[in-house]
Amino acid sequence: MATITVSKKLFEKEIGKLTEEMKTKIAMLGLTVEKETQDELLLEVFPNRPDMLSYHGFKRAFLSFLGKSPGIKKYRVHKPEKGYKVTIDSSVRNIRPYTVCAIIKGLKLDSEKIREIIEIQEKLHSTLGRRRKKLAIGIYPLDKIKLPITFKAMEPDKIRFIPLGSQREMSGLEILQKHPTGKEYAHLLAGKIKFPVFIDGNKNVLSMPPIINSQLTGKVEEDTREVFIECSGFDLEIQKKCLNILVTTLAEMGGKIYQMEIKGIKEQTPDLSTEKMKISLKNVNKLLGLNLSERRMAILLERMGYNYKRGKVEIPPWRTDIMHEVDLIEDIAIAYGYENFNPEIPKISTIGERDVKEKLKSRFAEILVGLNLLEVSNYHLTRKQDQITKMELSKKEQDELVEVEDSKTDYTLLRKDLSHYILKNFSENIDEEYPQRIFEIGKVFKISGEKILEKDHLCVGISPGNFTEIKQILEYIADSLGLELKYSEPEDAPQYFVEGRVARIELIREQRSKNRKSEKIRSAKLIGFAGEIHPRILKNWKIKMPVALLEISLEEVYKKFC
Amino acid sequence: MKMAQKRNLKKIIESLSPNERKLLPYLEEKNIVDLCKKSNLNRVAVLRSLKYLKKKKIIELGFRKRKVIELGVNGALYKRKGLPERRLLNLLSHQKIISLEDAEKIGKLSRDELKASIGVLKRRGLIEIKNRKIILNASMEEVSKKSPEEIFLESLPLDYDSLTPEKQSLLKELQRRKNLVQLREIKEMEFSVTELGKQIMKEGIKAENLVEQITPEVIKSSLKGKKFRRYDVQSPVPKIYGGKRHFVNQAIEYAKEIWTEMGFKEVSGDFIVSSFWNFDALYTPQDHPARELQDTFFIGKNSELPNRKIVKAVKEAHENGVRGSKGWGYSWNENSAKKLLLRTHTTCLSSQTLAKLRLKDLPAKFFAIGKCFRNETVDWCHGFEFNQTEGIVVDMNANFRHLLGYLKQFAQKMGYKKVRFRPAYFPYTEPSLEGDVWDEEKGQWVELLAAGIFRPEVTIPLLGREIPVLAWGPGFDRMIMKMFGIKDLRQLYKNDFGQLKKIKPLLK
Repeated sequence: MATITVSKKLFEKEIGKLTEEMKTKIAMLGLTVEKETQDELLLEVFPNRPDMLSYHGFKRAFLSFLGKSPGIKKYRVHKPEKGYKVTIDSSVRNIRPYTVCAIIKGLKLDSEKIREIIEIQEKLHSTLGRRRKKLAIGIYPLDKIKLPITFKAMEPDKIRFIPLGSQREMSGLEILQKHPTGKEYAHLLAGKIKFPVFIDGNKNVLSMPPIINSQLTGKVEEDTREVFIECSGFDLEIQKKCLNILVTTLAEMGGKIYQMEIKGIKEQTPDLSTEKMKISLKNVNKLLGLNLSERRMAILLERMGYNYKRGKVEIPPWRTDIMHEVDLIEDIAIAYGYENFNPEIPKISTIGERDVKEKLKSRFAEILVGLNLLEVSNYHLTRKQDQITKMELSKKEQDELVEVEDSKTDYTLLRKDLSHYILKNFSENIDEEYPQRIFEIGKVFKISGEKILEKDHLCVGISPGNFTEIKQILEYIADSLGLELKYSEPEDAPQYFVEGRVARIELIREQRSKNRKSEKIRSAKLIGFAGEIHPRILKNWKIKMPVALLEISLEEVYKKFC
Repeated sequence: MKMAQKRNLKKIIESLSPNERKLLPYLEEKNIVDLCKKSNLNRVAVLRSLKYLKKKKIIELGFRKRKVIELGVNGALYKRKGLPERRLLNLLSHQKIISLEDAEKIGKLSRDELKASIGVLKRRGLIEIKNRKIILNASMEEVSKKSPEEIFLESLPLDYDSLTPEKQSLLKELQRRKNLVQLREIKEMEFSVTELGKQIMKEGIKAENLVEQITPEVIKSSLKGKKFRRYDVQSPVPKIYGGKRHFVNQAIEYAKEIWTEMGFKEVSGDFIVSSFWNFDALYTPQDHPARELQDTFFIGKNSELPNRKIVKAVKEAHENGVRGSKGWGYSWNENSAKKLLLRTHTTCLSSQTLAKLRLKDLPAKFFAIGKCFRNETVDWCHGFEFNQTEGIVVDMNANFRHLLGYLKQFAQKMGYKKVRFRPAYFPYTEPSLEGDVWDEEKGQWVELLAAGIFRPEVTIPLLGREIPVLAWGPGFDRMIMKMFGIKDLRQLYKNDFGQLKKIKPLLK
């Protein structure tokens, strides 16, 4: 989540006393106080409000919210002066098709403001810009460059300039290979034959977006009075909004906004004209459960920085998140104050009901608890060493395992059985009192052809335990659930059981024949195995006590009840 | 008075266990070893019975510290092999004269041992040294006689306090030699019979008619004149534990009860779902950060998409928006929607439920509680698996105040008295909110309930028309932790049997 840093001193000077009440107000506008230090507040800004990603942007919204300057804030936009031109060359069409630009004059910067400019640039990159993938911003001191500007694509080794933070001139390719920022964002230009660059009237490279600016022209300093701003990318609409956020923030800092002529999209940017959206008072009151008057609604909209006139809302040109009437309705709710809504449960009749399988699982667990078994609850993700190595899975079984991509931990597989987790539980509790009797009911996963099967299993482990004891438990479960089971000596038992001490368990189902209703058909379906765990496997787990274990699939069992 | 005393005495006698009765006649013995011998009980039984006798005020128990002299490491070794001087004497008893080198080699003595042996034997006048040769200077009788050191070592262990002055100086001598003897302090139980005890001993015990355990034989037998040995009902007993549901599941069961009581119908579903249900149907744009590998577990396989009508409607919502909406304005990619993943929220159950819902079944309320996944590392407050509780209300007349009403009700049933709501953001709800609850312990608001009203871009493609759907999906693990007083999230998945057995069951 994006955050901004606000100086408490500045806040108290420009907004008001920072009381607990004031902090609640901040929360009620939708920002969270993440951290508070002696001098600063760290505020979390939700991704739908990039216009608040700087102190000045936040201040604009917050003063309006407090009722101190309601309605759309107007900024004067000066027409382009002579030479305020940017040409988008056709060479960028398939590489980075658009740019929008502006010039700001009359800035008076200090270290605080420079920090804010850098901060907003970074935050916009990571949020609206989707980590520079969608758009990237460059800000340049105007006195270091010569207008007009050209945005074009060049072959990487023909691009030569000193990148920001470096001592020497590098080629476009070198920057991606050697410069730290270049390496970080290299993937964004991967596979491109030409790289995009901004070039000034003196044929100097200003920057290579979305990677890096030039050391000579790309650094704003305290004595900078005028800047050139560009925002290049793939989504013209968002880029325009992004530019609006930037220029109005700089205007809040005291700058004057100048448009530039953008050849290639035939527009003058920035464009601070407003859009209008219809709003229905009826819809507002219905969705919020309120009874607002039109006048009251208008006041609330103005508190959120909008203007309202006769069923239409004028939207500030820096708001990126207004897609539908509901977005305006939310802002009305925010201005009304979430704390002022009266919660209510409507008197409508609906019948509460448990999901059949979920309820059955719960009943099964109760039966097992009656046998003095302790329920465990393990992760669904598991480690290779636990699922494969310690259980000595065969190659064929390994092929059925479902793996997740790029896990940040060594839990990279979805469990194919509960048994290995039950053994893991035993191995992590060898110092606890014996006998240990545990069970788990939960999902297991395996690949079957092109499909992934997700099934509910039941597993019981007892330690010390032997075949007779585990079969007794199984019989008790079967009797309780009214299941008819068939036991046989398996040829396909998992290798972690002792051969000759493991039973194949089949569930017998009786169904009426489809053709002749009076006839009953009996069918048997494999649901699992029960037996004694091989000491070899117990050694793998460093378990010193014998373990007997059963694991069955519940899917066939459910059929009896659903 | 006398009668009362007598009754009391009788009561005590009747409460004596068989072992205590066995000990009673021998309580005048001085130490536990003798007590064991006389009573024919093992040490553990004796010690336990003594404790019970003390509780009955028959004896007094105390501890005495004493120092004991024992064999050291080398002492134990020499006990087997003989002291070095003994081994040297044995050698000399065969040869009479031996060179220092041979003594060392043949006698298998280390240089230090040889030096010490010569010193000792010279002092006792048994040998002489001449020209680097050892000469025996004693009769065979003198040689075979045990030395005071040997006698002393054989008599170990000894009580330090019982040593005569001669033996004390001998001990000092032996202590100079490395690890031969060691002093150890031990704590020993001491007991003495109280006045009451003496009376009881004098009284004597007739135990023939005292019943211990009630057995089938006892029940069958004649009960006439029989007494039941009195038990100490206050004495502690070993703990036992029963089978139990895992506490996480206890909490889940409780929350499920709340939702059903509030008229909600439970839904469940697969953990592996398509991006379509998890993201696209919930109006989450395809370039949203949550859809990247570093946040979400993808499986590397694709699924089929649902029927064309829904897919087309969802695509349209993303690209150009539904009625009254602009949409995200990008080109929606079907392949990205097909990617299978481990569900990142239970909200994917709500999108699937809405797609199946028939309008004639309105109003309808659904809930789910289940595991969700995110690609995270594990620490005290994060993990790659977590539980979420989901709810939706589909009702033509549903509004924002109802949303707050349901959430407040749930929070209160979960035990949170103070709740506040504030704005929040989720791509698929508008308005959105976050419910905070007041944490008494920390004295601050804690984020708990994420909720909102589904956007028309979600409901129109899934339901076919714009119907307000109240929706929430708070994480549930934090509530579980609060219910059981757990501070570290990892405890929820640790499966420590001790903890599982001892944790208090939920009695809500």
